[in-house]
Amino acid sequence: MSILVDSETRVLVQGITGRDGAFHTEKMIAYGTNVVAGVTPGKGGLTIHDVPVFNSVAKAVEQTKPTCSVIYVPAPLAPDAMLEAADADIPLIICISEGIPALDMVKVKAFLRAKGVRFVGPNCPGVISPGQCKVGIMPADIHMSGDVGVVSRSGTLTYEVVASLTAAGMGQSTCLGIGGDPVIGTTFLDTLELFEADTDTSAVVMIGEIGGNDEERAAEYIRESMTKPVVSFIAGRTAPPGKRMGHAGAIISGASGTAEGKVKALENAGVPVARVPAEIPTLLHSLRSR
Amino acid sequence: MRGLVLPRGYPMKVHEYQAKSILAEFGVPVPRGKLASNPKEVFSAAQELGTPVIIKAQVHAGGRGKAGGIQLAHTPAEAEAAATKMFGKKLSTYQTAGSAITIRRVLVEQAVQIDKELYLSVVLDRSCSKPVIMSSTEGGVEIEEVAARTPHKIYKEWADPLVGLMSFQARRMAMNLDTDKNVVKQLGGVISSAFKAFMISDASLVEINPLVITKDGKVIAVDAKMGFDDSALYRHETIAQMRDSAEEDPLEEQARTAGLSFVRLDGSIGCVVNGAGLAMATMDMVKHFGGEPANFLDIGGSSSPDKVLTAMRILLSDPKVGAVLFNIFGGITRCDDVAEGMVRALNELDEKPPIIVRLTGTNEDEGRRILESNGISVGSSMEDAVKHAVSVVKGGEES
Repeated sequence: MSILVDSETRVLVQGITGRDGAFHTEKMIAYGTNVVAGVTPGKGGLTIHDVPVFNSVAKAVEQTKPTCSVIYVPAPLAPDAMLEAADADIPLIICISEGIPALDMVKVKAFLRAKGVRFVGPNCPGVISPGQCKVGIMPADIHMSGDVGVVSRSGTLTYEVVASLTAAGMGQSTCLGIGGDPVIGTTFLDTLELFEADTDTSAVVMIGEIGGNDEERAAEYIRESMTKPVVSFIAGRTAPPGKRMGHAGAIISGASGTAEGKVKALENAGVPVARVPAEIPTLLHSLRSR
Repeated sequence: MRGLVLPRGYPMKVHEYQAKSILAEFGVPVPRGKLASNPKEVFSAAQELGTPVIIKAQVHAGGRGKAGGIQLAHTPAEAEAAATKMFGKKLSTYQTAGSAITIRRVLVEQAVQIDKELYLSVVLDRSCSKPVIMSSTEGGVEIEEVAARTPHKIYKEWADPLVGLMSFQARRMAMNLDTDKNVVKQLGGVISSAFKAFMISDASLVEINPLVITKDGKVIAVDAKMGFDDSALYRHETIAQMRDSAEEDPLEEQARTAGLSFVRLDGSIGCVVNGAGLAMATMDMVKHFGGEPANFLDIGGSSSPDKVLTAMRILLSDPKVGAVLFNIFGGITRCDDVAEGMVRALNELDEKPPIIVRLTGTNEDEGRRILESNGISVGSSMEDAVKHAVSVVKGGEES
C-alpha cells in the first residue's frame, strides 16, 4: 500500500561513502529498507554497513539490479550522478542533495524525461512508505503505516504535519517531499495522479508554499479528476511584499505564486485549507466522515 | 503590485555597469561609458566620452529615473554639477521598500538618439523548466503593466534545454519587433547573445529595458539588469566578486556569510527555525495568534552550534526583538547541536531576552537535558510555543 517505494524496492545509494550518505544508509537499513549497493567512483570494492560499493552505477546495476537510486553526493557532482543513474536505466531517482544550480537541473530534467525516468527532488527529504521502505533523510519514528498520502515542498514542515497525523491515529501510505527548488522532477500534480491510482491511499494531504504555480495546477486536477479527498496547508501566507529584482519573474508567473491565489484555487476545488498545521487531522477527519 | 519575498535561493544582484560589461562580452552592444565615484571624475569622463552624456546612479533598486537617479548633461560642467547633487544623496524608489540607498558611484554614458524603445529579458520559466526569452515593442516602461493590459504585445520563445535557443527562434522574435532588414539582423544577434549570457553565466535574470533602436538604425542596450543563481557562483569567480555588500542589509549579509537564510521584518518576535517551509509556517502562526514576526530565519540542515550562535547575535542586534522563539524539528538537524549553540549564545550575550523553545526530533532528549540544566524550559508543541511567545511579548508591551 504505497506509491513509488515499497517492500520490493531495491535501493542503490550514490555517494554512500560520504558523511551524509554513510549516516543515512545505516538509518535506512535499520528501518528495513533493502539497500543493495552503493556507488562512489574510486571506492569500488569497499563495503559499508555490509553494502558493497561499486565504481560506477552501470557496474552496480549489472551485479545487484537496483530499482531505485538515492543521491547524497555534493551539489557540484549531483547532476552527473543523476545522469549516470538514468543512463543505467534505473527507473526511479531520488535526489536529496541541495544547492544544485537551476540551469544544471534544466538539462538533467530534459535528459531524464527523454529516458523515461521518474525523479524526485532535488533538495528534498525523500520518500517513505511507512513500515515498508524509507529512502531519504526523514526521521523514521514519526511515521505510522496507514492510508493517508502526504506530499510536500518542504522538509521539516512535512515532519510537523506527519507527526500530527500519527498523533491523531492517522497512518500514512506514502510521504514524499518533492523539494523546494525551482526545477524539480516530480510535481504535486504528478504525485496526486499516483495517489489517485493507488488502491491503498484513501485521502491526501498536500503541503504547499508561496512561489511558482504548482499548487494552482494541482487544484485544477483535483477539481476536474480527483475522487479522493484532499486537505491542504500553504506556508507563507504572511510573507510580506518587498525585495526582489526585475520584473520578468512576475510576468512569467502571472498572478499566481501568492498564498492568497493558491488558497483560493484550492478552496474553489473543494479542498479545505488549514490555517495552522495542527488543524490538518481535524479537517481530514471531518472530510472523511462525510 | 510588488512581489513576495521568496525565501528559497536568493539571486545575487549586480549593478547596471557590471551587467553591461558581462552582456558586452557576449556581444550585446552597449553605450560607451565610464564609472565615476566623484564629481571631478564625472567631469573628465564627460570630456572624454563627448557630450551629451547621461549620468546614472549605480544602485540595486529599480525606479531610479523617477527618483532623480538619472540625469542628462550637455556639457562636462553640467555633468559635474548634476553629479555633485547626486553623490551622497539618499535615493528612495518604489523598489527600495521604504528605506533609502546612498549613491556612491555613477555611470557616465554617451547619450544615444532614441528612435524606438524595446524590451528584452531571459528568465527561467519554472512551470515548464525551460529558459524563456521575452520581448516587446513597448520598452522603457513598466513591463508588468504591458503584460497586464496588452499581453499580445509580449512575445515569448522557450529555449530547448538541450539544444538551446535556435537561430530561427531569435529571427522570428526579431521580426516581431521590427520590419527593417538591417535592424532585424542586429536584433536577432542581441537576442542570441542575451540568451548565451544567461546560460553561460548561470544567470537567474537578464533584462534589457530599454533595448533601443537609434535614429541611425543601431540596436543598443541602454539599460541592463542581471541576477545570478547563488548556487552556481562557485564556478563563476569573476561574477561572485561583483557582489556589492554595501547594497545589502548588513544583518542579511552577515547571515548569508554564515550560511543562514534571513529576511528582516518589522515585528517583535525573533524566530529561529530549521527549514524554509517550517520557518514560513512559524511566521504565519505567530501572526495567526496575534503576534508579529521580527524575521524569517532558516538555520538550514546540518546546523552547528556556531550557526545558532550567529543566528542569536543577528536577532538580538535588532532592538525591536522582545522575545526569541526557537522552533526546531530535528531531522538532519540535531537538537543537541541547537541546544549547545543556545547555551553558548546566552553565556556570551549581555542582554538576555525571554527565550521560548520548541524542540523535537533527532537527539531531542540530549537537547532537552542541555537546556534544562541551564534553566531553559522546553516545550514540544509548535502551537503552544508560538502562543507562549506572543503572550510574553504582549505582556512586555503592557508593563
